[in-house]
Parts: sequence; structure tokens; C-alpha cells
Amino acid sequence: MSLTFAASDVPYMPRGVRVADDPVRGQKVLLAPEKAVALDAVGEAILARVDGAASFGAIVASLNAAFPGAPEGRIEADVQSFLAALRARIFLMVK
Amino acid sequence: MSAPPPIAMLAELTHRCPLSCPYCSNPLEMVRAKEELPTEVWVDVFAQAAALGVLQVHLSGGEPASRRDLEALVGAARKAGLYTNLITSGIGLTPLRLDALEAAGLDHIQLSMQGTRPDLADWIGGYRGGFERKIAVAREIGRRGIPLTLNAVMHRHNLDDLDATIALALDLGARRIEVACVQFHGWAVANRAQLLPTREQTEMVKRKVAAARAEYEGVMAFDFVPPDYYSDYPKACMGGWGSAGLNVTPNGTVLPCHAAETIPHLRFEKVTDRPLAEIWYESAAFNAYRGTDWLPEPCAGCERKEIDFGGCRCQAMALAGDASATDPICAKSPHRARVLAALEEVSDAPFTYRKLG
Ligand code: SF4
Ligand code: SF4
Repeated sequence: MSLTFAASDVPYMPRGVRVADDPVRGQKVLLAPEKAVALDAVGEAILARVDGAASFGAIVASLNAAFPGAPEGRIEADVQSFLAALRARIFLMVK
Repeated sequence: MSAPPPIAMLAELTHRCPLSCPYCSNPLEMVRAKEELPTEVWVDVFAQAAALGVLQVHLSGGEPASRRDLEALVGAARKAGLYTNLITSGIGLTPLRLDALEAAGLDHIQLSMQGTRPDLADWIGGYRGGFERKIAVAREIGRRGIPLTLNAVMHRHNLDDLDATIALALDLGARRIEVACVQFHGWAVANRAQLLPTREQTEMVKRKVAAARAEYEGVMAFDFVPPDYYSDYPKACMGGWGSAGLNVTPNGTVLPCHAAETIPHLRFEKVTDRPLAEIWYESAAFNAYRGTDWLPEPCAGCERKEIDFGGCRCQAMALAGDASATDPICAKSPHRARVLAALEEVSDAPFTYRKLG
């Protein structure tokens, strides 16, 4: 199975995976089965848009609008690799 | 030295278990039921752990379902903000109890797998009928959609069933499989000659896991714990002593790893005597092997010391008789010969099953 997202794919966090506050370290974390992943500002911005309704294309468009200074295509490539890594661990699934 | 806050806590709620696996990681001196921490102390420990920075609690044992208050403990851990993972043999998880665990907010279940056939699994677990009951529980977990990891503990007697094990995990709808070759701590030390895989099995399992990982990409995730006796370098046990995780035993003793009590000169403190944060940051036992400053040669001058921290302290204790030695798994260890000698000691003697002493 390819881990690459098509524009129309709708990623979602399955049961047992969620973004949470980590007040002790002052950051957000992705909590998943037997794994906690610290999120930087980029990861947090991406996952904030993974709501089970927005398609991959819509998530990229929303990020492009929020960060207009980014070089052409850069955000899409970053989102693709970030989400594919989570998909490989089954921390993300596709509707 | 200053340590980061811990990420994960292994809560050994009880050492009781209906099974008696010959590789159980529980200590030979198990804690008896009447010495177990009461509900309210665990509830307080979960709150302290969350305040300390713990993000995930692994509720383990023994068999955690042997505690009648498991559902209340899951609820308390969730309320404290912890991600709750139940590490179980499945025995004792009735549909009613699963209802209550789901209602309490249980996040994930890691189910142990002794073998893929009733004869094999029940022989290894020392519990007749265990396999059938486990599979029934696994199907019920799958039907409910509770996230599931299958923890397949592998050794000489079941490694040849690896394909069937992977197929079973897929069939049960597991999102993840841990192919965990037995590590020689706890009861496994007494059964080492019966459990050590052959070199051919070791090569086979590495090859097959790599192939299966690619084949099931995006369908099921693989984690692999190789049999380290055949490795050239040791594992970084626990991600480094006192750096990422801690373990609380059924009577409240706080350990840097589940086997740490085998190191006789360390004195471990209890949650009933001292706040968890003080034990983590200040106790002599947690500071004993933190970082790399304490490392002996050949580790002190080795470029891998930030990768494996000289390996496992308990393994150094067990194999070299010195907890501060280089892990004898390492090819550079002066005690490496003991590992190589152990690989020759193959035995078909009956298992020494775990039991209360
Ligand atoms: S390893 Fe076996 S005996 Fe030990 S706690 Fe797990 S299921 Fe029970
Ligand atoms: S010498 Fe020490 S630090 Fe180097 S690889 Fe061996 S155990 Fe690790």
C-alpha cells in the first residue's frame, strides 16, 4: 500500500490517537498506542487541520493561506512527508 | 546531574497471573496480593506521575485484570490526563469488564501471544484452555474497535511459526504487532537454555520481519526486538537509565527498569515513603547510571556511548556480576565470552514455570 496522500484523501486520527497538551514541557504531543510524539509548531499546525472532514488538498490549501511566505510546493511536500510517517505507524488512516 | 522528566510509567498493578510463562519479566521474588498498593494510592501515583511529566501509563502485571479495581484505576489515570495502555494476557477480560474499561476511557490494549496453536500456546503459558479464551477476548476487542497491539513473545519454540503469528495479528485486526524475542531477565534467565533461538532462526526472523514490514505498510505497523545475544551491540535499555521511563511495582517500589531489583547494592524507594518526583530526580538509585559520566572503558571512549549508554545494567549484573560493567552483549566487552558460552547451552529440559516462591 502506498502511504502517499492523494488530494482527495481525507486523513483522520483513528481511535486511540489524539493531540494533547503537555503542560510540563509546554508543548503539544501526539498520543498514540505506546508512543508520544512531541509536536513542533509545524506539526501542530498540520494536525490541527486533520479533523476527519478536510481532504489532504484542503489541508495544504489552508496551510498555504496561513503561511503565504513559504516557497511554492514546499508546504505540500512537508505535509506529505509528515502525514505519511504517521500513516506508516497507523497513527493516521484515510477515509 | 539534571534529568529530563519521564515520558512513560509502567504500573505493575499486581504480580498475580493465571498464566505462568517461563519468560515472565516479573522478579523471582514476586509481591504477594496482601502487599499490593490499594486503589487510592495508585490514584495518587497517577496524579503525581502526570504532574511530573509522564504522558502514558502502561497498566501491567502479572495480569492487571486480576485486580478487581482495574476499571477504577483506568478511569483515574485518564482523569489525571494520562494515555492508558493495558498490557494483558486477556484472561479475565469479560465483555462486562471491557464495557467498564471502555467507559473508563481505556485507550489501547496490548495483548500477549504465547503461540498460534492451542497446544503450543497453552504449554508455553502453562495454562490449559488459555489460547481459546485469549482468542475469544481478542475477537471481542476487535469487534469493539479498541486499538490493539499483538505482543508476540518469540523464542526457540515458536519462532518457526512467525508467518502464522503475523497472519493471526492481521486476522485479529491488530494495528501493530510487536515481534519481541525473549529478553533474558526475570524468569527467562532460569529458562535460557530452553528459550534461546538458534542462529538460523535469528537470521530468519530479521529477514521475515523486514519483508512483512514492507508488505503490510499502512496496514499493520511492526516493532521488532531482536534476540540480543546474537547482536554485536547492546540495546539502549529503557532509552537510558532514568531518562525516559520508570516502573512502579505492586508494592509501590519505584524502579528505573523492571529488572533493577536484581542489582543488589541499589536501594529503591517506595511511593508510600517519598514523592514520585523526588525519587525520580534525587534518589541515589535513579542517579546511579544516568547519562554517560559513570561509564567504564571500553564505553567511555566509544563513539556509540550516546546511542546505547553501555547497554543494560541488569544484563551486566547477570552476566558479568557487575552492574556498572559494559553490557556483555557488546563485542567489545571483556565478558563477551559468557554470552557466546550461553549460546552453546541448548537444552530440552522442562521449563521452570514462574510461581510464587
Ligand atoms: S509473562 Fe505470562 S506469566 Fe508473566 S505476567 Fe505475562 S502472561 Fe502472566
Ligand atoms: S563499548 Fe559500550 S558504548 Fe561502545 S558499543 Fe559497546 S556497550 Fe555500547
